[in-house]
Amino acid sequence: MESSFLENKYLLISLTFLIYIGAQKLQKVCGLKLLNPILITMCVMMCYLLSFNIDYDTYQEGGRFIEFWLKPAIVALGVPLYKQLSTIRRQMLPLLIAEIAGCVAGLFSVIIIARFLGASQEVVMSLAPKAVTTPIAMEVSSAIGGIPALTAAVVVSTGVFGGIAGFQIIKYSKIKSSIAGGLSIGTAAHAIGTSAAMEQSERYGAYSSLGLTVNGLLTALLAPFLLEIMGLL
Amino acid sequence: MILQFGILLGLLALGELIVNTFGLPIPSSIIGMILLTASLHFGIVKLNQVEQLTNFLLKNLGFFFVPAAIGLINSLGVLKDELLAIVGASIGSTIIIIAVTGQVYQLVRKATSRRNRKDIKLSQEK
Repeated sequence: MESSFLENKYLLISLTFLIYIGAQKLQKVCGLKLLNPILITMCVMMCYLLSFNIDYDTYQEGGRFIEFWLKPAIVALGVPLYKQLSTIRRQMLPLLIAEIAGCVAGLFSVIIIARFLGASQEVVMSLAPKAVTTPIAMEVSSAIGGIPALTAAVVVSTGVFGGIAGFQIIKYSKIKSSIAGGLSIGTAAHAIGTSAAMEQSERYGAYSSLGLTVNGLLTALLAPFLLEIMGLL
Repeated sequence: MILQFGILLGLLALGELIVNTFGLPIPSSIIGMILLTASLHFGIVKLNQVEQLTNFLLKNLGFFFVPAAIGLINSLGVLKDELLAIVGASIGSTIIIIAVTGQVYQLVRKATSRRNRKDIKLSQEK
């Protein structure tokens, strides 16, 4: 077999599909949340690329066709949001206050913990916007002096962690309603957490999309400002 | 199905136009999502004109993140050097965000609904 075939874009893209489907099956059979398909596909494909010395740009020749659908998929979240619109309007105040609290708590906690564990300034800034969806997080990261590529990786890992452990955390922190649960998953773990919430119920998913939207907007608006305050502390 | 693609991608394009025109720091996809919600609400777009496509996309939302996730391959160096801080801060703050958001929502909701109930009771007494 010719070695350049190993980096053929159709091969790389079909592997991505097939490994993902395989991982989904595996997760269903084992019933383990830890066997997250995104996580497994990421690990397997990274091992493949590393062992055959294929760089990320080469992978992205095919991969960008998958990534292309990320934005339309986020637009699609407007549907569950629309279906819950009347409930949302009835409780504007609690939703908004909860979102602001979650956004501020998230920014403060990630910075304090990262500093405490000895992260460099650049890494702290890359971590700061990690709760929100990739495009916003990368934008904020570069605006405040982080490394956008690292931010993207941390955003995805955070989402995967939120999808795996989120429901457990919700249970232990005594969050009972599906509205509160959905909202917190979306706020903490953006669209990946939301895809896990969608599996729970449509209502759960709708509030999760609301959480990811509002926290995305708040983070984009508040992060630079809050970081300035924290710099003064 | 072709119409569904047209509508969804059209709203995204409109989102891009808005972001570029006003130089907003918000991604076009979020604007597109708000535009879709608004168009459905005001009846400009009917649910059955998009639902097949959006169901497919939402069912497979996680998959579209895979290429970005593989991008981690370019940051393995920094990741290795500061692994503890990165993992610790991400996990710790995710737990905090979930607990704070959910708890604050429940507290405020309880407070406001108690007030509403009192209002109802008062109006009934009158």
